[in-house]
Amino acid sequence: MSRITRDDVAHVATLARLELDPERIETFTSQLAAILEHAEDVEALDLAGVPPTSHPYELVNVLRPDEVGATLPNEEALAAAPQAESGRFRVPTILGEAP
Amino acid sequence: MSATDAGSADTAVRIAAAVRAGERSALDVLEGHLARIDSAEADVHAFNLVTIDSARAAARAIDERVAAGEDPGPLAGVPIALKDNLCTRGVATTCSSRILEGWVPPYDATVVERVWASGAVPVGKTNLDEFAMGSSTENSAFGVTRNPHDLTKVAGGSSGGSAAAVAAGFSPIALGSDTGGSIRQPAALCGVVGVKPTYGLVSRYGLIAFASSLDQVGPFATTVADAALLLEAIAGHDPADATSIPQEAPRLLERLDEGVQGLRVGIVSELMGDGIHPDVLARVREAAEALAAAGATVEEVSVPAVTYGLSAYYLIAPAEASSNLARFDGVRYGLRVDGATTQEMMVNTRTAGFGDEVKRRIMLGTYALSAGYYDAFYGQAQKVRTLICRDLDAAYERFDVLLSPTSPTTAFDVGAIHDPLTMYLNDICTIPTNLAGHPAASVPFGTGADGLPVGVQVLAPALGEIPMFRAAAVLEAAAPAKGAHP
Repeated sequence: MSRITRDDVAHVATLARLELDPERIETFTSQLAAILEHAEDVEALDLAGVPPTSHPYELVNVLRPDEVGATLPNEEALAAAPQAESGRFRVPTILGEAP
Repeated sequence: MSATDAGSADTAVRIAAAVRAGERSALDVLEGHLARIDSAEADVHAFNLVTIDSARAAARAIDERVAAGEDPGPLAGVPIALKDNLCTRGVATTCSSRILEGWVPPYDATVVERVWASGAVPVGKTNLDEFAMGSSTENSAFGVTRNPHDLTKVAGGSSGGSAAAVAAGFSPIALGSDTGGSIRQPAALCGVVGVKPTYGLVSRYGLIAFASSLDQVGPFATTVADAALLLEAIAGHDPADATSIPQEAPRLLERLDEGVQGLRVGIVSELMGDGIHPDVLARVREAAEALAAAGATVEEVSVPAVTYGLSAYYLIAPAEASSNLARFDGVRYGLRVDGATTQEMMVNTRTAGFGDEVKRRIMLGTYALSAGYYDAFYGQAQKVRTLICRDLDAAYERFDVLLSPTSPTTAFDVGAIHDPLTMYLNDICTIPTNLAGHPAASVPFGTGADGLPVGVQVLAPALGEIPMFRAAAVLEAAAPAKGAHP
């Protein structure tokens, strides 16, 4: 496996919605490379035929009765919002200004 | 320099019994603990927030209920500290992160509801590594928590604030969370008992998620009995958590005195070698001898796949974290840093709100899950998780519990470890348990040559809390003089 590059780190930062200055990209590149190098022992194992474990304690089809229960009132749900308007969360422009 | 005063503090078992019997006032008990907080918290910094007024109101309410002939419950009047990643209705919950600074949850975590319902008196929210990512409580946006045994040392992490609060006598019990060792390692470094329960035994509802398939809430205490008392109070099925095991909480306290006669104990060979300090190894061997002297059979056992635990964990946990922490985007709660567009606002908010270690793990997880690397990293790590489960299951065919160090060393100096990978190595003994979903307890067992506490880890199979607590109780009784408190 080729080592993680500065370009990889910059790309991943974009995916993760983080902005990293060039110095931080440099530091993260070498730190992530060291961690991934340590993980090479795992990468190198032949695990063909071994099923993955995504969850330690298997519970299947956990459902509750389809009954309406108590939920947070609108005002409480919005109480911590940085900005709210008309009972909704307000955010900056998403699609550009209306014509 | 030290701030341990646990010797003069009483246990939760004794406090609750006396308060329920009307022999002691919950308010008096609380004031004693608030006085210790007042004298040493400035040095230790165990708390992000001390809730003095609500604690006094809660203690008065307990006293009134006792006076009215009511029983407030099994934790009646016992002060408790809550890790600041557990949601508390009306009380700020920060995860020690700028991104949640000032956020006040509109609901209580299930475990918080349960400690209230058991009559406990919450005294505050404890410091942690930001979003529980760390092994030293140095990654907090609100400052380092220091080890009450030696203020130049770390308290461990990520639940360092809860461990330090109990070690300093600020509260006899505390709640923490453990994703890769975050209860057990700080418990070991602070010389207290810490338990990570079986995955699904304790509700995660209202625990702010780090890695959902690994996270579990558990108790800190000065005694094994107090840890059992608190675990009984918080365990048991919760319909609000789909991963909650649908069964009742185990009865632990009544089983503590059963001893270990005939119990089969395995020492995990792979965790008894490279990278573990000789003092720690010596204490674990002495602990094994103590169990043997009490009637257990003790042998070494090889669990080969645990050597891959660290690598698997540091792919799986960041992958889950990168997904879980996507919710912190400045839209619904917490910090918002404005931008011209919503995407810009999200980038600005996350860039300003998260600290370096959180960013590093989000990056690592995003990379491990990204196109072209998923199979090599995340997929492979999940298969290794299967190997670890299989090897542990094989060991538990021959043994009831396993024994290992909790942490490779005693508490290290604040500021000593800068390299992330070196810090991650602190979790080498505790991680396999989380990957397998098993329970494990750290019990104080003497000190290193530096005079600092050493923790011995007792591991058990899923829902093996009863033999685990029985072994822990025997170790506690056999541990070198408690005068370990400097």
